[in-house]
Amino acid sequence: MRSIVKEFPGVKALDGVTFDLYEGEFHSLVGENGAGKSTLMKTLSGVYPFGTYEGDIVIEGEVRQFKTIRDSEKAGVAIIFQELSLVKELTVGENIFLGREPSRFGVINWSELYQKASQLLKDLHLPIDPRTPVGNLGIGQQQLVEIAKALSQKAKILVLDEPTAALTESEVETLFTILRNLKERGVGMIYISHKLDEVFTMSDRITVLRDGKTVGTEATIGLTKDKVISLMVGRDVGDIFPKISHNFGETALEIKNLTAYDLDNPNKKLVDNVSFNVKKGEVLGISGLMGAGRSELLMAIFGAWQGKTAGEVLVEGRRVSIDSPAAAIRNGIGFVTEDRKRFGLLLEQTILDNMTLAGLKKISGAFVTHRSRETVAAKGAMQSLRVKANSPITIAGTLSGGNQQKVVLGKWLLTNPKVLFLDEPTRGIDVGAKQEIYAEINKLAATGLAIVMVSSELPEVLGLSDRVLVLHEGKLAGEFTRSEATPEKVMACATGNL
Amino acid sequence: MSEQEKSKGFKLETTALRAYTMLGALVLIWLFFHYATSPDCPSFKLLFGANGDPGIGWFRAFLDGWTSHFAHFFSFSWLKAGIFLSPLNLSNLMLQTSVTGILAVGMLMLIVAGQIDLSVGSVLALAGGVAAIALTNWGWGLVPSILMAIAVGVAIGLIHGILTAYGKIPAFIVTLGGLLAWRGAIKGVSQSETIRIADPTFKAIGQSYVAPNIGWILAVVAIAVVLFFAYRSAKSQKEYGLGEANYGSEFIKAILPVSAIILFIYVMNSYAGVPIPVLILLAVALLGVFITNSTTFGRYLYAIGGNTDAARLSGINTKMNILKVYMLLGVLTGVAAIVFTARQGSAAPDAGTLKELEAIAACVIGGASLMGGRGTIFGACLGALIMASLDNGMSLLNVQDFVQDMIKGTILVAAVGLDMVGRKN
Repeated sequence: MRSIVKEFPGVKALDGVTFDLYEGEFHSLVGENGAGKSTLMKTLSGVYPFGTYEGDIVIEGEVRQFKTIRDSEKAGVAIIFQELSLVKELTVGENIFLGREPSRFGVINWSELYQKASQLLKDLHLPIDPRTPVGNLGIGQQQLVEIAKALSQKAKILVLDEPTAALTESEVETLFTILRNLKERGVGMIYISHKLDEVFTMSDRITVLRDGKTVGTEATIGLTKDKVISLMVGRDVGDIFPKISHNFGETALEIKNLTAYDLDNPNKKLVDNVSFNVKKGEVLGISGLMGAGRSELLMAIFGAWQGKTAGEVLVEGRRVSIDSPAAAIRNGIGFVTEDRKRFGLLLEQTILDNMTLAGLKKISGAFVTHRSRETVAAKGAMQSLRVKANSPITIAGTLSGGNQQKVVLGKWLLTNPKVLFLDEPTRGIDVGAKQEIYAEINKLAATGLAIVMVSSELPEVLGLSDRVLVLHEGKLAGEFTRSEATPEKVMACATGNL
Repeated sequence: MSEQEKSKGFKLETTALRAYTMLGALVLIWLFFHYATSPDCPSFKLLFGANGDPGIGWFRAFLDGWTSHFAHFFSFSWLKAGIFLSPLNLSNLMLQTSVTGILAVGMLMLIVAGQIDLSVGSVLALAGGVAAIALTNWGWGLVPSILMAIAVGVAIGLIHGILTAYGKIPAFIVTLGGLLAWRGAIKGVSQSETIRIADPTFKAIGQSYVAPNIGWILAVVAIAVVLFFAYRSAKSQKEYGLGEANYGSEFIKAILPVSAIILFIYVMNSYAGVPIPVLILLAVALLGVFITNSTTFGRYLYAIGGNTDAARLSGINTKMNILKVYMLLGVLTGVAAIVFTARQGSAAPDAGTLKELEAIAACVIGGASLMGGRGTIFGACLGALIMASLDNGMSLLNVQDFVQDMIKGTILVAAVGLDMVGRKN
């Protein structure tokens, strides 16, 4: 891949990335969340078709122009995404040959299908019956079936995006054995992972991406983990964060030994025995890589986690039992959730309807609503947050990302919280709106609101927080004060290298 | 500021636009039927050059057809002679709308919350049947029998609500099961026989009319209420510092409902007065408007239907609210069952067959989305009126039964298709 440039409206996701892979090579691609790894791989596989990016994709000396994923598959590129793309109701064999079933005049030759499938599985040393429905397999085995599927397409380039995120240690071992095996056969592999241990055990070379640019490609032998981490984060935090130290009051929220279990896999702990507190007027940042359990932690405290939880929550020193979001709101906790379109907004309804939703009974009336009161509240929030919209009855879905985020923030401020959770508060919004949100966070802290902020953007966490907690695989891996926290330390902690 | 005001006006226009379009469609349907039901209206078969003559005669008949229609239309004699818009027929039309309308009000709230109920026709039969049995066989009084019908509706709503909201079985499945099971229940309870009702007071609920002068008193009360709300809305505007109290524009907005009330009572009184079932429908519709527009419960329904996750994370007890709306539909199904049974003067085990589809169709024609989050009571009632108008008009024209069904089906699909095209623009 030569000088790949990919732009999204307002953002340059890839800025002249060059990446190469030899036959039979294991090449890792690392970088912070949002560095452009997935975008690069989506460009390679034709998810972003030819013509929507600049630069060339060259496979075996030939410039390729993939218009669809099918095109790239034909050229021998197979991607295994984080979210598995298997059909759970179908059998292993059916999944492997989905869309390419051996057939004659549209009639599927089942015995040939299952015979081929079982041969493939045997080659991979997988003791799986091809007639088992995929849904009956564990996540780890499903991942291996994905690989079998890729191989059935005669893949020469295999891209693995965080393949071990959901696997147990023994499953990871099986996976690695198979990957080594494939390497012998000459399959080139691009491996995306946050887990530097794995990266260092497996790779021949490592490429580090940062802000859509290649920072370096080097042989693993010449690298150390520290070197990679510093390449990943090496950047100025910049001046967009006004350094404001906040004045803390007493403890607003205290969490003791919080554990949250996976909904589908009740033995897997997504949050493992986490304790922390946050004081009035303090901004507490929670850092960690994707899947470290950050959102799950907030969800569990907020009473919105669907799986099993354990632990204690104290608001202003008082033990409270929070079994639903309604109880959390009653106890003065607000939660600006991540992914505003999915979890935050009623896109077809007005700004007013959205802003007053969480605090409706307080703002409007317990049973009968009062339109004028709501209008006053919504207009006030729109003004103080500077939501750019013509009126409170503008439909939320027509607003820009930044203004939508402000509407969600307004919704929670109108519940009058003592503690405010922010989960990825600036995801997908432009720089101007980001700065406005930062200013607002500082302003709110100054009024004595306790703020807990989860963010994948390290500069944001470091720039705003008085204290930073780092989660790694569900556990609290480190805690830094503002003066201690450096990007290198936090990243090392988040990748489990401290 | 001026730009802000302009856009506000524009927004109001777009939301009101749909209501006006539907009213316009209703007026066109009514005018067409009125024209077509005037006794000297030329046959519509002429338009297609009937009588099976293939040659040039076909074309001549076709032209003759158009000419005679043209002449008839511009004589305007049909305005007076038409049957459809006569007080008698309008009174009938309103009566025909009443049961579907009551069901549509409840169905709308359910659909807004992202649910569906396919069983209301069967529940209507069961609730009506049980009330009839209580009244005739068990010798219960009028009021206990009526309460019995409502209790049956609520109990079934409770069951449906628990199974969908808490049991996580899709509403479509639960109520499809209900469609069969409750129909079976009424057949069992009534031993598949029609129960005749003798009680004249009960029958009066479905068959009598409000005396004309009482109708006018109701009109005066209704107008007073409309004006009061207009006044209050203007006043609160100022009270909350949202601008000057603009009494003028609020009263202009009230002109349409006030004239509609006067016209409605006048037309109904020209025949025999407002039919009681229609009065019940109006009360139910007003209640529905109040719930959807002015209660926290109503707002939660739109939030749940619009984005369940967002609603849940905003502290709304989504399950409890879904349960409540099923029970509310149960109450209204009970009310509809009483009106229906009283109108018929008897409770038949096959009563209310396909009523659920009529109620759903009314909501959908009225702009509700089966995905949830969108729809109005006004739209649902208008939808019910459009459906009843098609029924009534086509029956007056002696359109064959199978053609009626096909036309109604086509109009349902076309209405939603047009609505989606309009939404995109």
